[in-house]
Amino acid sequence: MANIGVLMEIEGGELKGTNFGVLTAAHEQGKNDVYAIVPGEKADAYKDALAAHGAKKIVEVSVSGADLSKSPDLQARALAAAIDEYSLKGVLGLASPIGRDIFARMAADLNLPLVSDAVAVDFDQKTVRKSHFSGKTFATLQLDAEVLLCTIRPNAIEAKEASEAAEIVAFSPSVSDPGRVKVVDAKLSASDKMDLTEAPIIITGGRPIGSADNYKILEECARALGTAAVGASRAAVDAGYAPHSMQVGQTGKTVSPKLYIGCGLSGSVQHFAGMKTSKVIVAINSDKDAPIFEKCDYGILGDLFDVVPALTKALKES
Amino acid sequence: MQIYVCVKHVPDTAANIKIVGETGYNDSACKFIANPYDEYAIEAAVQLVEKQGGEAVAVTVGPESAVGTLRSAMAMGAARGILIKTEEQFLDTDLTARALKAAIEADGKQADLILTGKGSVDTEGFQTMYRLAGAMGLPVVNEIVKLEVGGGKATVEREIGAGSREVLEANLPCVLGATKGLNEPRYPKFPDIMKAKKKPVDQKALSDLGIDPSGAKTKLLKLEAVPERSGAKMIEGAIPDQVSELVRILREEEKVL
Ligand SMILES: Cc1cc2nc3c(=O)[nH]c(=O)nc-3n(C[C@H](O)[C@H](O)[C@H](O)COP(=O)(O)OP(=O)(O)OC[C@H]3O[C@@H](n4cnc5c(N)ncnc54)[C@H](O)[C@@H]3O)c2cc1C
Ligand SMILES: Nc1ncnc2c1ncn2[C@@H]1O[C@H](COP(=O)(O)O)[C@@H](O)[C@H]1O
Repeated sequence: MANIGVLMEIEGGELKGTNFGVLTAAHEQGKNDVYAIVPGEKADAYKDALAAHGAKKIVEVSVSGADLSKSPDLQARALAAAIDEYSLKGVLGLASPIGRDIFARMAADLNLPLVSDAVAVDFDQKTVRKSHFSGKTFATLQLDAEVLLCTIRPNAIEAKEASEAAEIVAFSPSVSDPGRVKVVDAKLSASDKMDLTEAPIIITGGRPIGSADNYKILEECARALGTAAVGASRAAVDAGYAPHSMQVGQTGKTVSPKLYIGCGLSGSVQHFAGMKTSKVIVAINSDKDAPIFEKCDYGILGDLFDVVPALTKALKES
Repeated sequence: MQIYVCVKHVPDTAANIKIVGETGYNDSACKFIANPYDEYAIEAAVQLVEKQGGEAVAVTVGPESAVGTLRSAMAMGAARGILIKTEEQFLDTDLTARALKAAIEADGKQADLILTGKGSVDTEGFQTMYRLAGAMGLPVVNEIVKLEVGGGKATVEREIGAGSREVLEANLPCVLGATKGLNEPRYPKFPDIMKAKKKPVDQKALSDLGIDPSGAKTKLLKLEAVPERSGAKMIEGAIPDQVSELVRILREEEKVL
């Protein structure tokens, strides 16, 4: 029996929902105890949720006299110290901007291999599956390492309930900051919009949406869908209808929601590079020969300006 | 400023990847380009040199044909190129970082800045810049969308989700990974392309740099095509019927709502 650590990401004082899939990935590795590692000293608020997803221990990590959020190197070193302290045979995290950064710092520091943006991991075989070539192929990699480090693509592994009696322990390693990089400011976005990579459901509008204002019909549909975010194609971003942070695809965000609804998308290779691993893909398009119908699960032939409001209505009514 | 830009030679993202054997692909059937994210790094380096003087040098670890990628970096404004030759289709990231470090150090000039892309679009590793910085004992920030250099330090911004940004500072020399949003990479004009053909490229073997290629800690066991969906199930009927059928399927059959 061994222990697997999972680095938790907190945003605006709340656990990101995508953490739970990573906990599940760790919990499904046979007879291992899952240690949820929470930066800061406020793990109490998350205890029930973490226990309900398989955490046996909750490790509150802090470094005395230092603010971990101000130094990614210090955070990486504190996490590395937890590997030793709790004899972790691996640490998993989210392949988010923060997770990818901390794990790569730690891997470089410890000279350990790292797989970033994995969709599956197997601790027995020490293998990890991940995308190569912008989603065109999957690679299975084997890591020659005592400690497996891996970040998981958000939503790639579905969260499952697994109740454990999580116990909180405080861990305050004596690590020092190499003092190389300093966070001097954070510019938080004014909107409370969910990041696309976090969203379990995404509805996207392509070029025919025609204006920034018209995204409102997608936003309304997103609210009716539940926890959903609105995306855009590059054609729509380039036309100025949506900001780049909403772009899905090879030069935008890579997403893997359980449901992806594409409205007025032709189905370009570059767009699919960013959303191909979605669980269910629905296309709404007015051209019966649109290539997207060849690569999705369900299709509705029709004008998005008719179909989307009707879908919103049907969702609200049912 | 002495700036080194690490540029990877990768298959065009529109290329069809035909798998050969368990772990290879037919690279002779692919068009190769400079890794798209590395173009933001080249542009940033060239702009800094235009403003502050100095030299931008493109460095790549790859096959002989990667000279083409160095030429495109030079057409964008890099002064010269360094090629560290290897024949592997997939390079170990630790080996790559060691080779880049050795090549930059062997160049004999003190680097002020090392720029990379945020990740390569073939292996999607997202880590070479961290290993390079770690090996050289330098600060590193990846995925930067804004860069200012002055007073011996770099001030950068990176996106941390849903439009929020973090502002970070690091002393020079440092390693920075560029991503979309940092700038608009220029399209080289014909005279720039012609000029780039005459710029010097220094070619080296790994052994020239004293690097032992063995000891990779990551092994590729299998490469497989992502299965394509076979085509949509079209939902028939008038719009109100179509959408209620869709909602039913998503809820009851797919269980995603
Ligand atoms: C290097 C490179 C990188 C790229 N990166 C990206 C990327 O990251 N993301 C990305 O999205 N693209 C990217 N692209 C662009 C990509 O190739 C396509 O041009 C783009 O995705 C097309 O956008 P679209 O589907 O919205 O528009 P279009 O191709 O114009 O398709 C619109 C579709 O909507 C249908 N339609 C029209 N009117 C209606 C209506 N009223 N209701 C319903 N359907 C309607 C049409 O039949 C058509 O199928 C990239 C391209 C390159 C070369
Ligand atoms: N073989 C290589 N030659 C030059 N630069 C590279 C090479 N591999 C990776 N890099 C640089 O490191 C960045 C990150 O690569 P990766 O870790 O493979 O995602 C790339 O965007 C390049 O700038």
